[in-house]
Amino acid sequence: MPLLSCQNLILGYDGKTVVSNLSFTVNAGDYLCIVGDNGSGKSTLMKTLLHLKTPMSGEIQMGDGLLPEEIGYLPQQTVVQKDFPASVREVVRSGCLNRCGIRPYFNKAEKRAADENMERLGISNLAKRCYRELSGGQQQRVLLARALCATRKLLLLDEPVAGLDPNASADLYALIKDLNDGGTTVIMISHDITASMKHASHILHIGEQNPLYFGTAGGYTESEAGRRYIRSEGEQT
Amino acid sequence: MTEMLDKLAASFQFPIVRYAMAVGVLTALCSSLLGVTLVLKRFSFIGDGLAHVAFGATAIATAVKLSNNVFLVLPITILCAILLLRTGQNAKIKGDAAIAMISVGALAIGYLVMNIFSKASNLAGDVCATLFGSVSILTLSTTDVWLCIGLSVLVVAVFLLFYHKIFAVTFDEDFATATGTRAKLYNLILAVVIAVIIVLAMNLVGSLLVSALVVFPALSAMRVFKNFKAVTISSVIISVVCAAFGILISIVADTPVGATIVAVDIAGFFLFSAAGLFTRRVAG
Repeated sequence: MPLLSCQNLILGYDGKTVVSNLSFTVNAGDYLCIVGDNGSGKSTLMKTLLHLKTPMSGEIQMGDGLLPEEIGYLPQQTVVQKDFPASVREVVRSGCLNRCGIRPYFNKAEKRAADENMERLGISNLAKRCYRELSGGQQQRVLLARALCATRKLLLLDEPVAGLDPNASADLYALIKDLNDGGTTVIMISHDITASMKHASHILHIGEQNPLYFGTAGGYTESEAGRRYIRSEGEQT
Repeated sequence: MTEMLDKLAASFQFPIVRYAMAVGVLTALCSSLLGVTLVLKRFSFIGDGLAHVAFGATAIATAVKLSNNVFLVLPITILCAILLLRTGQNAKIKGDAAIAMISVGALAIGYLVMNIFSKASNLAGDVCATLFGSVSILTLSTTDVWLCIGLSVLVVAVFLLFYHKIFAVTFDEDFATATGTRAKLYNLILAVVIAVIIVLAMNLVGSLLVSALVVFPALSAMRVFKNFKAVTISSVIISVVCAAFGILISIVADTPVGATIVAVDIAGFFLFSAAGLFTRRVAG
């Protein structure tokens, strides 16, 4: 039973179809990169997987006892967060909220989980710092620690390296790979095709006819869509 | 100096002045609690909008001669708060435009209703009192005081119980929803609490100045403090201290209560801005 399987999804908003007839599956331990041009519906797909949007038709099935709220999410930065006065510890702990239910405050186990995840991502020394004063790479680590507080099973990352310098990007990729090796399933939206090819086990390329490619990362370079996309990306950089 | 103290001591002989002080401090406390969230959610103006709605509702309540107009004003304001906060995300009319529409619309209708139906000789005085707060809040009845205490306790309790949820929903609504926090429910709770606060604060500073009570303490605290807990606690302290000072000054100097409190809040903001600049210089 796959962790996540999508059958004949049609996605869109305001009655306009963005993605049609999309089917793919994700197994536990996979590292799936979703690539595609701007406006091809990558973010819409991600919001649908997170149950923030309902698909126009088709269905998403969760398997292996995965609950809808057991998806950790690393969103793109929002405007609100740019001047939000919050300490790193407060942000990371907020990831534990789904374990609280109606209990108003965090218990010891949840606080410990937050501390462990900060330790794991090497940000324990930043615990008391203000989130908005950190560098981009540090901020992403904080949000990743928060996501890990919510779940260890499945992480959805929305362009995690956007706006980071090459060193910070490499660090973050290594960290994500580590988590994946530790058993966390990763789904990532990416613009960076080279890095995707290097780390991912599977690639999903979405575009006007869906999917343009879905399969292992190794097979992508051989495919029609893959060759064209890699070439066009190579020309841009 | 002694003369001023004498005047204060003499004033506090009257229970009604003590009531006013209690109501003022409680209102300031409540309004500053959610200020941080509202400022961060880019809803600073919702206080203004809702206060105008409350003004309109007050006018209608006066026209139909309700004995205690809170029972009409509170539900209407809560309804509008829910409408505004809900439509914030995906409405045809965007947040700021919706607030502007409801705010000026309610203001106009309120004044119209007052003009047509009010037989009072002192119409301008009535309008002025609703807009800028009673010239003195010394007209409070014991019912008003108890109502204020009750609502304040409610607001503080809700805030304490949902503190972490409010933080999560303010910081990142999408993440909260995706990981199973019922963000919509907490937004609804926020809307109701905000409406209650606005109606409370209207008595004190009037509908034109309510936003100041909500926004200034939060902004002052954000100049200096850098985590959510410290910002929340300090904005409450700032707000309470400013309100107490404002009320004392207005007793001594015979100035309008609402405007005086807001003036003290503004002074507080500049003080904290300076402190913020100073600490940043020292730190960096």
